[in-house]
Amino acid sequence: MITDAAPIVTARLRANPDSHTLERYLATRGYLALRKALSMHPEEVCAEVNRASLLGRGGAGFPAGRKWSMLRPNPVRYLAVNGDESEPATFKDHLLIERDPHQIIEGSVITAFAIGATQVFIYVRGEFALGLERMQTALNEAYRYGAVGNDIFGSGFSLDVVLHPGAGAYICGDETGLLESLEGKRGFPRIKPPYYPAVMGLYNEPTVVNNVETLSNVPWIVLNGGAAFARLGEGASTGTRMFSLSGHVRRPGNYEVEMAKTTFADLIHAPVYGQGIRGGHELKCFIPGGASSPWFGPEQVGLPLAADAVGKAGSMLGSGSIVVMDETTCVVRVAWRITRFFHRESCGQCTPCREGGGWLEKIIRRIELGSGREEDIDLLMDVCDNISPGLHYWPPEQTTICPLGPSIPPAIVCSIRMFRDDYLRHIKDGACPHA
Amino acid sequence: MTSPGGLSAETAARAAALVALYPQPRSALVPICHLAQAADGYLTREAMADIASLVGVSAAEVLGTASFYDMLHTTPVGRYLVGICTNVACLLSGGEALLAHAEERLGVRAGGTSPDGTFTLEELECVALCDRAPCATVNWRYFGPLTNEGFDTLVDDLAAGNLAEEVPPHGTLNRVRRNGGLTVSREKVLAERARQDCSRAARKDAADAVAAARAELEKAHEAKGGDARK
Repeated sequence: MITDAAPIVTARLRANPDSHTLERYLATRGYLALRKALSMHPEEVCAEVNRASLLGRGGAGFPAGRKWSMLRPNPVRYLAVNGDESEPATFKDHLLIERDPHQIIEGSVITAFAIGATQVFIYVRGEFALGLERMQTALNEAYRYGAVGNDIFGSGFSLDVVLHPGAGAYICGDETGLLESLEGKRGFPRIKPPYYPAVMGLYNEPTVVNNVETLSNVPWIVLNGGAAFARLGEGASTGTRMFSLSGHVRRPGNYEVEMAKTTFADLIHAPVYGQGIRGGHELKCFIPGGASSPWFGPEQVGLPLAADAVGKAGSMLGSGSIVVMDETTCVVRVAWRITRFFHRESCGQCTPCREGGGWLEKIIRRIELGSGREEDIDLLMDVCDNISPGLHYWPPEQTTICPLGPSIPPAIVCSIRMFRDDYLRHIKDGACPHA
Repeated sequence: MTSPGGLSAETAARAAALVALYPQPRSALVPICHLAQAADGYLTREAMADIASLVGVSAAEVLGTASFYDMLHTTPVGRYLVGICTNVACLLSGGEALLAHAEERLGVRAGGTSPDGTFTLEELECVALCDRAPCATVNWRYFGPLTNEGFDTLVDDLAAGNLAEEVPPHGTLNRVRRNGGLTVSREKVLAERARQDCSRAARKDAADAVAAARAELEKAHEAKGGDARK
């Protein structure tokens, strides 16, 4: 169903090429939420976000309000904003950073006020050169306007916000990897426990790490109330959410839709969204929530965009990116490319991920390039099961420090399960039938 | 402070300003590496030694950290770092064919630099431009969707200097400078938050007291068999 819910985080972008400027931001109710929040008690701001049941939009889907409430009492607290979007085929944060940086800054300052943060770091993926320039410009404007810095809007609340550039490492999108990176080190994820960011985060001080899209929802929630947000969507999936649609659709792009009401089919086929599969082709399969999520076939296309429904069906909404593949797609090649990505981006701390990823990549490459053997299919499944035991249920077990390890098997396991014949043809023909 | 062949006085001054933004100096390591790359196009040994002394670690630790990150280069890079994405969304839209064409057009394999030092070609992981697949980056400025002809035009424009404004030389990432340093002193922010914590506690105490009084009142009324709310 296509609902008439108005967009929340992308409302400002439409028909406003200058949406990144302070001028446009102020003309579209910008920084009103911050003024309102500063007149409230921090606990009331937290309560509104709790009432909204805002789930984290980065990938793990942890409730933002609960994350905030887990902070250890301490004089020093930090907020780290995760703008290191690197999950393959996810491009929503990229849009928000380039097109509406003030909304991120406003959401961050409100959040810092709510949790009592002493400093904010906005970590933006290094590759986003334009995003970094836009964000720094916006930050300079926000300081000058009085929305950041000393005695914000005369409220007695002061705060510094620092923009921090990444330098190209997928693993820094993991919250503890991001904190290591922010400390000037290799982005090696930390082991939990004890390194829960809320307890031992940046410089071992309690820290909240929130995704860019998550924080972009905060100003709206403060202005309109958590209850209004929770009225959108259904069950645990409240509000609206951005989905990055790519692959073999006529009109790829970012679409913000009401959660739980809209289905994958709506997103792929509706004239206002994807406009259907590209000319004359039909849907073979799709990835519902980023490269780490298990794949779906045409029979699941009617599922709603709701965390619980998708979870029950054996996958996840993850980072909100949907990759559509038509019948011309070589799924072996796609699975190989995804495996190559994770193998390259493995930080190397944990053996199952570092070694397993490498072996998987070699075996699947052998199949794609025509030198595979029939027993390779079972071998792939076996290595996957060693990286992430329990291929037959979801979510899988984790044998590694961070979720990168368990992110490797889904593409391989699902493509084998759904399209075993494609693998067998590669092996029997000694070549890729799509080449 | 700086060594011969290392960071220039200007870069060192900007680097020191970056160090001042963080509670611990080492946090400025990666941002300073970007500054050094903006000056030299890559990280020279001398620059890494200077960075080490600025953030208080050994030169080996700077190299060890920098080598983890794909965007930081410890060997020379062409004036234009051209990247072609072949990750899943671009793969489905012809990214591999575009990379093959780019290799032919630039006369180098992915990972190589053209003999005149103008172009370095890289195969990219996803750069989050999937609605404009297949896409390319030049010094992290984004282009897409690109056909082979579109790529040739892009290369011609770069070589002719037509895109000098849009695409600065390799290493220059963020041309917008921060407007000054931190504005809030550590003492001030700690005092403010402590006050906030006190008011939070006071508010909680007051709410608890109201709840306790109400409970007691209700209990008293119940004992009398009445209703507290009347």
